[in-house]
Amino acid sequence: MTETQTTPSTMQVPPPPVVRAALGATVPVAKEAPPITIELRDVSAFYGKKLAVSGVSMSIRAHSVTALIGPSGCGKSTLIRTINRMHEFAPGARVEGSIIVDGVNIYGPGIDPARVRQRIGMVFQKPNPFPTMSIADNVAAGLRFMGIRSKSELRDRVESALKRAALWDEVKNDLKKPGIAISGGQQQRLCIARAIAVEPDIVLMDEPCSALDPIATLKIEDLMRELARDYTIVTVTHNMQQAARVSDQTAFMLMDPGDLAGHLVEYGPTSDIFTNPKDSRTEDYISGRFG
Amino acid sequence: MTTRDLSRPRRPSSLQNRLQLGDWTFRTLTGLAGLVAMAVIVGAFYELGSQAWPAIKHGGISVLWDTSWNPGRQEFGVGVFVIGTLITSMFALVAATIIAVLVSLFLVEVAPGYISRPVSYLIELLAAIPSVVYGLWGIFVMGVFVRDHFGPVVVSTFGWIPIFDGTPLITGLFSACVILTVMILPTVMAVSRDVIAAVPRSQREGLMALGATRWEMIRLTVLPYARSGVMGAAILGLARAVGETLAVTLVIGNSVRIPDNIFSPAYTMASVIANQFPEATGLHQSALIEVALILLAITFIINIVARLLVWKVTGGHRAVVQE
Ligand SMILES: Nc1ncnc2c1ncn2[C@@H]1O[C@H](COP(=O)(O)OP(=O)(O)O)[C@@H](O)[C@H]1O
Ligand SMILES: [Mg+2]
Repeated sequence: MTETQTTPSTMQVPPPPVVRAALGATVPVAKEAPPITIELRDVSAFYGKKLAVSGVSMSIRAHSVTALIGPSGCGKSTLIRTINRMHEFAPGARVEGSIIVDGVNIYGPGIDPARVRQRIGMVFQKPNPFPTMSIADNVAAGLRFMGIRSKSELRDRVESALKRAALWDEVKNDLKKPGIAISGGQQQRLCIARAIAVEPDIVLMDEPCSALDPIATLKIEDLMRELARDYTIVTVTHNMQQAARVSDQTAFMLMDPGDLAGHLVEYGPTSDIFTNPKDSRTEDYISGRFG
Repeated sequence: MTTRDLSRPRRPSSLQNRLQLGDWTFRTLTGLAGLVAMAVIVGAFYELGSQAWPAIKHGGISVLWDTSWNPGRQEFGVGVFVIGTLITSMFALVAATIIAVLVSLFLVEVAPGYISRPVSYLIELLAAIPSVVYGLWGIFVMGVFVRDHFGPVVVSTFGWIPIFDGTPLITGLFSACVILTVMILPTVMAVSRDVIAAVPRSQREGLMALGATRWEMIRLTVLPYARSGVMGAAILGLARAVGETLAVTLVIGNSVRIPDNIFSPAYTMASVIANQFPEATGLHQSALIEVALILLAITFIINIVARLLVWKVTGGHRAVVQE
């Protein structure tokens, strides 16, 4: 790994945190099964006839944070949404290729997208707690879909999810209040709690901080690092400092002027991408020359 | 530079004045409009009240539940009409709202665009068909179907329940209920479809991403979100159902008798006014105006009750936001 390498001062990017990839193997927090990797094989995503993401292949490391970066419109959101089959929720949307999670192609025959989404949680750009549900019910929503009915089990799992999302102390006396009665940063942590309450293997985050102030952003970033101990995190960001701060691996995407679809340009350890990019387009982007 | 800036102190205050003037104009105009609306309602109540006064003096309050309407014998009990109006419009309200929500859910959540767009357009067109067309369709198509097919089946299957034990005719209470349902359906449906389509995408996606099935997503976000709007749509439909005259007059049978089964001929308040007003004189005329007054009052009460209901339902929402 490259975590010991010093960042050249010219880059002005903070050095990446100690890469935790190794932790996934050495710290088996509540998970005995081997860590789950995600393997994208030649994934293309369409909106109707329009090709939005073309032929992405990459292997995402378990129990680490992988960041997707790239200019606006290059297909980051589209790609991340293929990983939990949310892409097909858009009318006319379609995916080609395969994504192997835990040895199973989630686009294979007989796969129930609802089950896929239970194991692969998602946090959206804008916090979207359910306004008609209380804070506790927001967190319990996914558990109820899993068929958990026992009040005490629901209560325990809500509490533990809120604790892991670093929100428990702030809301423990207001669990009955509606999910939108808290600040934006708290709402986003509530959405994270909601996503991890069902004990997914993977949590996808599409620009989770872009609607938040800097302090709330730092809290979410800390949380992402923390969660990477137990979960595989894939996040989209167009803030390069953020990618450098939180991620272990970085994937750089770009829209190809030829087919106007997003392609994966370069993918590797975050420190390599930021200090020693192989592709000149990556270098142009991270040094702020375009995008 | 600085001196020039300092020499313009009047700018902000003149801007302020203009805003205040605009504010004043706006408030006065809207206030006037509100007053006019109030005046129209008060005027309508007053005008009807004064013309109905002889009948009110004659019959007293008991006409409201009195069911004998016999102008020849100077009996003017309006109970039959009130019952007819309430039954038909409540039936239409409930049936149309349920159908409208189901169809809207289908159009918004299930059907692909090439089905939902033309169907939505057709529904909006239905709202523009005149009452008389509905009334004639009610007699010649639906009424005949009720008499020859639907009615006999219902009577032979459910006849042991008293309200289904009757003689199906072309006209009757049931036909009036159906025609009203059909007539208010387009309005209720168009509004509830818009309301359901307006449920934010982020809410739907939030639930789907948790592993919800489509039905769970609808039950937990779409319906709670759309509830107050759908109730508003239902009120719009109810207002039309209560006041609808022509089509109902054609199909309800116009009989001054308390209906004892769903096929009995009946009467509504609007129908009796339409039928008898042209020939009515003296106390009879005054009594018909009294019917109109009661109809106005009922519409008024229904609106207030419905509005309270919407408040109660959305009140939850509002408290939610503020808490
Ligand atoms: N629902 C949609 N329907 C059609 N085209 C879409 C839709 N969402 C995104 N796109 C298109 O797909 C491309 C990639 O978009 P997106 O994945 O949102 O990019 P990013 O997240 O990197 O900004 C863009 O050209 C965008 O216009
Ligand atoms: Mg995006």
